[in-house]
Amino acid sequence: QVSLHKPEIKLESLKEDLKDFLKVSGWEKKLQNAVYSELNVFPSPCHPAAPPEHMKEPLAYMRKAQGSWEKRILKSLNSMCTELSIPLAQKRPASEQKELLNKWNEMGTDEPDLSLFRPVYAPKDFLEVLMNLRNPNYENGEQPSFRNHLGLIQVPLKVKDIPELKEDFSELGLNIGQLGIDDSAQVPPEFFENEHVRLGQKVLAEQDSAAAQQYVRQGCPTALRADLWALILNISNQPEDILYYEQLKSNVIQYDLLVDSLIYKDVKLTASNDDYYFVFEDYLYQVLLCFSRDTSVLEHFAYSSATPPKSYIRGKLGIEEYAVFYPPNGVIPFHGFSMYVAPLCFLYHEPSKLYQIFREMYVRFFFRLHSISSHPSGIVSLCLQFETLLQTHLPQLFYHLREIGAQPLRISFKWMVRAFSGYLATDQLLLLWDRILGYNSLEILAVLAAAVFAFRAVNLMEVTSLAAAEAVLADLSTLKVMPLLQIFLFATVT
Amino acid sequence: VRCFPRGPFVPSGEEWDFLWCDVTGLREHFDRAYLEEHVRICHFRNHYELSRKNYLVRNLKRFRKQLEREAGKLEAAKCDFFPKTFEMPSEYHLFVEEFRKKPGVTWIMKPVGRSQGKGIFLFRKLKDIVDWKKAAGHFIWALAPEMETGLAGKLRLCSPPFPHTTLKGETAPEQKDEAQIETYVVQRYVENPYLIGGRKFDLRVYVLVTSYVPLKAWLYRDGFARFSNTRFTLNSISDLYVHLTNVSVQKTAPDYDPEKGCKWMMQQLRQYLTARHGAGVVGALFAAMDNIFIKSLQSVQKVIISDKHCFELYGYDILIDQDLKPWLLEVNASPSLAASSQEDYDLKCHLLKDTLHIVDMEGRLTGKETRVGGFDLMWSDGPVSRGGELGAPLGGGCTANTHLGCYNDRKKQLRELFGNLPA
Repeated sequence: QVSLHKPEIKLESLKEDLKDFLKVSGWEKKLQNAVYSELNVFPSPCHPAAPPEHMKEPLAYMRKAQGSWEKRILKSLNSMCTELSIPLAQKRPASEQKELLNKWNEMGTDEPDLSLFRPVYAPKDFLEVLMNLRNPNYENGEQPSFRNHLGLIQVPLKVKDIPELKEDFSELGLNIGQLGIDDSAQVPPEFFENEHVRLGQKVLAEQDSAAAQQYVRQGCPTALRADLWALILNISNQPEDILYYEQLKSNVIQYDLLVDSLIYKDVKLTASNDDYYFVFEDYLYQVLLCFSRDTSVLEHFAYSSATPPKSYIRGKLGIEEYAVFYPPNGVIPFHGFSMYVAPLCFLYHEPSKLYQIFREMYVRFFFRLHSISSHPSGIVSLCLQFETLLQTHLPQLFYHLREIGAQPLRISFKWMVRAFSGYLATDQLLLLWDRILGYNSLEILAVLAAAVFAFRAVNLMEVTSLAAAEAVLADLSTLKVMPLLQIFLFATVT
Repeated sequence: VRCFPRGPFVPSGEEWDFLWCDVTGLREHFDRAYLEEHVRICHFRNHYELSRKNYLVRNLKRFRKQLEREAGKLEAAKCDFFPKTFEMPSEYHLFVEEFRKKPGVTWIMKPVGRSQGKGIFLFRKLKDIVDWKKAAGHFIWALAPEMETGLAGKLRLCSPPFPHTTLKGETAPEQKDEAQIETYVVQRYVENPYLIGGRKFDLRVYVLVTSYVPLKAWLYRDGFARFSNTRFTLNSISDLYVHLTNVSVQKTAPDYDPEKGCKWMMQQLRQYLTARHGAGVVGALFAAMDNIFIKSLQSVQKVIISDKHCFELYGYDILIDQDLKPWLLEVNASPSLAASSQEDYDLKCHLLKDTLHIVDMEGRLTGKETRVGGFDLMWSDGPVSRGGELGAPLGGGCTANTHLGCYNDRKKQLRELFGNLPA
């Protein structure tokens, strides 16, 4: 504003001067980044006559299925609530508030009695629902045969085959340098790594979101990853953002929600027991408790097939004026939810920044992993993609596993729902999530799941039960993600 | 290959070529048996010069003075990785002088001969150690005036600091004279440790020394960070579970969950720090740790009884503070080989296997190797740089041949090294 008062500014050239000013001060870049961010997140505008539900989910039967699933979850939550006679939300007495404020940085030391709480649902419950999805307009009376789909998912969604995936993921090709492959000890850093790091530093200096997104397709150098992800997700941790986080924190202090206990339980059961993530237990509470109260998350329901559950003030059931979304952010956590946050603790240490990164990752990607939709990155598509890839390229394995009652999806589902968090070694997981951000898609999860099966195919051919198959695939912590993906996409004879 | 337990005492008269033994009774092996050329034993006779806290302090102080005389203050400052330490009771008065200069500082008292965190406690006021002194029977000490007034508050000790018979390690000469009085060291407590997730941790690093004259030392790529189970705070110095990170201590904590384990592999730690601070800063930190290993070994180089039959695998305990400065806590001559998890078991098995490869009973090595399995040659009568040049000065373009916390592709390396010989 100050520079606009300068005498050089003339009315005639105001438009040009303004443009120059924006460029010079860096605001143009920021605006570009913000616009790019929106383009990534929001679906392309559809037909003007299409009702708003279509932006959420164009297929009616999917919407219906999601609706029934939500009813089930809510019923489960309400019955737990009634059983335990705990209100969904209540204000904390002043003494409790003070205590919580003191303990804010070490909530993990709290050992509340959580034995009566159960997670509202686990991934396998969700899988059962997905298995029963049917398109009522699609008649599939034929007997299952090799011309049909032999997997658990029986909906006719379009999924990509390997040639299409090769095109989409062209930067993962054999001729192109990758972090996760070409930075290993045997490869001299001059070949790829040094130049890639230099390029990364340049991208950060330019503060260009689009360039960063392109860059991370080949992986992020460890030292630059936190900044690159923040750039892609357009998170800058401004004072307003910090203030917003502090407001959420005070909300946590003042009000107690039933879902808090679910969060506690989930963290204690999953992240706290992880060999590496146990250290971050306190951060997980600080993020997830605030997340539940963040009403800005409600915005993502405009493009998600899900709808936030409604709850009514006591005694006013059904009266719309007394309806509130519950939990305030509309997201009911399930078993393993905290694992979405845990890997991020490796990169971000300032609570408000960690929080914003997680929130953005959730509203861009993670929400698709536990809602029923036809979106190519939605879990239904991922499952179908996984099964199709396996059936097409490893038919013998697929058939064998099916025969012994070990449908591959039963094993890989939990990996995909959690975006492999907790299953891969942390450095490998971060390399995988680099590509999720780079391609703005979760399809890579399905490809990786298939690649893992391909890798362990020999052992899997020898098993004779579901339990034995699970055992072969129980430990993924030694896997190197990028070679697996590269071989599966580019080096397998199709 | 099984993990070797601490070997039982080999009865005299029996023939052995290779002895992996406990330090008790070490003297017997050296005194009695005639050790043939090819025989190897896993300890140096007077390893306690490095592994007993009071000797280490003496040796480091002496070395530092020597460096200052020979090479100036700057070079001597490279030895400032040991927190200010005083031997008790012999340096009691020096300690009190220092204590009075810096009031409010926290000190930690450690028995020199014990391990696994036994007998350690923290204090801030001199009167806190009055009770302890009385119980230990140290009436020969002249009391400082502060201590004559008032008695200490309650102290929570791991085990009573009474004179005892089961000392860790060889009975050092001085101990025989003062058989009734246990020696302690009092050390400035590092009050600003680097925290991850609000927890304090220390590092266990493995260094293999195959000879002191000339000094030849190898650094193992793997190691681990041991976390304390509770969040760090200076409010409760009597709560040892907050401050002591030994797994043995943490195992007894009320909320210890054996399923959890409190360790991170070194690679994980290095990645975390790199993500947080960048590769340059982390490189400097690890270089500073290399400095600790070398200087500490150099400080006892002339004192250790050199014996070509001997080699020793040391477990170094390092603490990193918030400024990313590493501090040496202690050196263990008999690092624990018990495993707390599968990952841990694998690490220790590989560590032992590679140690045996280097000791090279079968004579397969040429002696010019700079890497064997997970071990990198760190020092061979001079620094070893990554280019493979021995004795070249570091700095400028040369980086040290150490890879702590880096990828350990030992199997591949061993295959390359030994060809098709059975490993």
